[in-house]
Amino acid sequence: MKLTGIQKQKHGAIGAREIGMILFILLLSLLIQLRNSQYLTAENLNDLLVNAAIMGTLAVGMMMVIITGGIDLSIGATLALSGMSAALYVRGNETASPVLAVLIGIGIGLLAGLINGLLVGYGEVLPLIATLGMMNVYRGLTYIIANGAWVSAHQMNDGFKALAFNRFLGINSLVWVAILTFAIGAFFLGWTRIGRMIYAVGSNPEAARVTGVNVPAIRTLVYAIMGTITGLSGVLWVSKYASAQGDTAIGYEMNVIAACVLGGVSISGGSGKVFGVILGTVLLGILKNALPLLKISPFWQDALYGLIILFAILMNTIFKRMVDKNNLQRRHI
Amino acid sequence: MAALKKFLLRWEAVLVLVLLLVNVFNTMSSPYYLSVTGLLDATRDFMDKSFIVFPMAMIILMGEIDISVGAAIALSSVIMGVAYNAGNGIPMVAAILLALLVGTICGLINGLLLTRFKELSPMIVTLSTMTIYRGIAYIILKDQAAGKFPSWFQEFGWGTVGPVPYVLIVFAILAVIFTIVLNKTKLGRRIYAIGSNRTASIFSGIKVDQIRILAYTLAGFMSGLTAIFLTSRMSSTRPNIGYMYELDIISMVVLGGISTSGGKGRLAGALISIFVIGYLKYGLGLNNISSQILMIVIGLLLIISVLTPNLVARFKRWSTVRKSHRQSMRST
Repeated sequence: MKLTGIQKQKHGAIGAREIGMILFILLLSLLIQLRNSQYLTAENLNDLLVNAAIMGTLAVGMMMVIITGGIDLSIGATLALSGMSAALYVRGNETASPVLAVLIGIGIGLLAGLINGLLVGYGEVLPLIATLGMMNVYRGLTYIIANGAWVSAHQMNDGFKALAFNRFLGINSLVWVAILTFAIGAFFLGWTRIGRMIYAVGSNPEAARVTGVNVPAIRTLVYAIMGTITGLSGVLWVSKYASAQGDTAIGYEMNVIAACVLGGVSISGGSGKVFGVILGTVLLGILKNALPLLKISPFWQDALYGLIILFAILMNTIFKRMVDKNNLQRRHI
Repeated sequence: MAALKKFLLRWEAVLVLVLLLVNVFNTMSSPYYLSVTGLLDATRDFMDKSFIVFPMAMIILMGEIDISVGAAIALSSVIMGVAYNAGNGIPMVAAILLALLVGTICGLINGLLLTRFKELSPMIVTLSTMTIYRGIAYIILKDQAAGKFPSWFQEFGWGTVGPVPYVLIVFAILAVIFTIVLNKTKLGRRIYAIGSNRTASIFSGIKVDQIRILAYTLAGFMSGLTAIFLTSRMSSTRPNIGYMYELDIISMVVLGGISTSGGKGRLAGALISIFVIGYLKYGLGLNNISSQILMIVIGLLLIISVLTPNLVARFKRWSTVRKSHRQSMRST
């Protein structure tokens, strides 16, 4: 059977879109390298990957949420809350166990995500409203549990700070976490029943319900997964920057959503691939890394990110219209 | 229809009751709360952002959302501040008009994007324009502030007629206009029609795109207007001005009983909830309750106001199913 364009786009591991993005990344890298030879050095590339790792990890969770047709705006706040909780446990405690700190972060993140999920899945609250409201709650809680104070580097023991700096086979632990999340995410979404149900819920909730998918449970699940990943990322974030503050990662959800949208995850739900999200993460990571190398003021970053997201979703739409038109024409003949 | 009307009436009655409770609570907890001048003065804090409640109500009634309004406030305010203060800056009157223009353009861009690319959800489009608008504000002003406005400019935020602040008067005028538009004009009925059934509206000849562009442009214009009053009250501007205002504004509309799925709810509810949220914040502030707890309260309020009707509907569905089940059991 010959696959039509849209089927190829959905089923192929690497479609035209991904090849286009890879070419764009190579071209961009070439241009940056020509302007500043510091770019393609082992040290800088390592920096780039380490800095993009947390965004990539979060993007896998966000991708699942977006595939179900939802969105999670609360992850910046959840990240801060779980990071702060772990930091408060570690604060001034020389014997604090890094493993327990990670578990605390994951637990808090899971709880926060579960609340979002129950609100969206069973409370039938719009994802935007639910997560916008909970964003405020989690952010407020972060300030309150810390009493408005910071936890800074000298209050953390070496074991905790090492979490984000350990290397295994020469690769930073944050990058390992991202790679593992990508691998597990790809397997989960592509080859498990629940993974396929996530796509089903996103592309047609009513049809999914009729076929016996427990739609509210799947919706709850994706937010819970998102929360768990965010909790883990929160602890790693605090360990990496050796500082936990009330305003940690404020607005970071935009970067993560950008990575997904750029990676071809359709915001209306039902489609998206882990490989695309990896490319989206790398592309954003390159941009972030290149701004200082090209001596562009950091104040440009937000506006650029916004423009990139807008450009990506517009291109997606135009591309999809062309494919649809093509398919229609083919049917007439 | 009569039952629906009764429910809506009841929701507004509940809001009035909540407003009374908030006031009783505040009066009991702080001796400084209950005074006519105090209560009128307090409206300054929330009247400026409530201008945006009107177009936001229209947008939510159509089943859509605009989360870029806070950023549009920031961009209008920053451009106004910089245009007046730059080298040989423009006169203040021109800077004020410029703020309105910038806000309007921000809204128009949202409207045009959404009508040209109908597949896109308003949420993601306004999320990206939100980042762009505030991003441009940061590019223009970096981490600086712009102030040094002429002294008469303060009148917008601080001026009064007798004990009544200007903002409150502007708000009252807007409230009358928008109530008439939404309840008594064709445009108003069409907005409800679009929200309840978009496809049917298109087929019955309603110019849906025009109305959507109008609503988003109005949201932009009101953001510009808010920027003027807010900047005047703050006496200077920064790129982070109006941060997260969209949350307050959406909360006010949704708490007012306007359904996020569109087509249901009335402006009157939203108008009452402006005062509920405003006085709640004011009272908590008087009692030295931290702004972080305020954040939590507003967030929870938003969620509870959406969750409650959903749970009520769920319960009703469940009980009708049970009742019919019981009846069928009995009849067999």
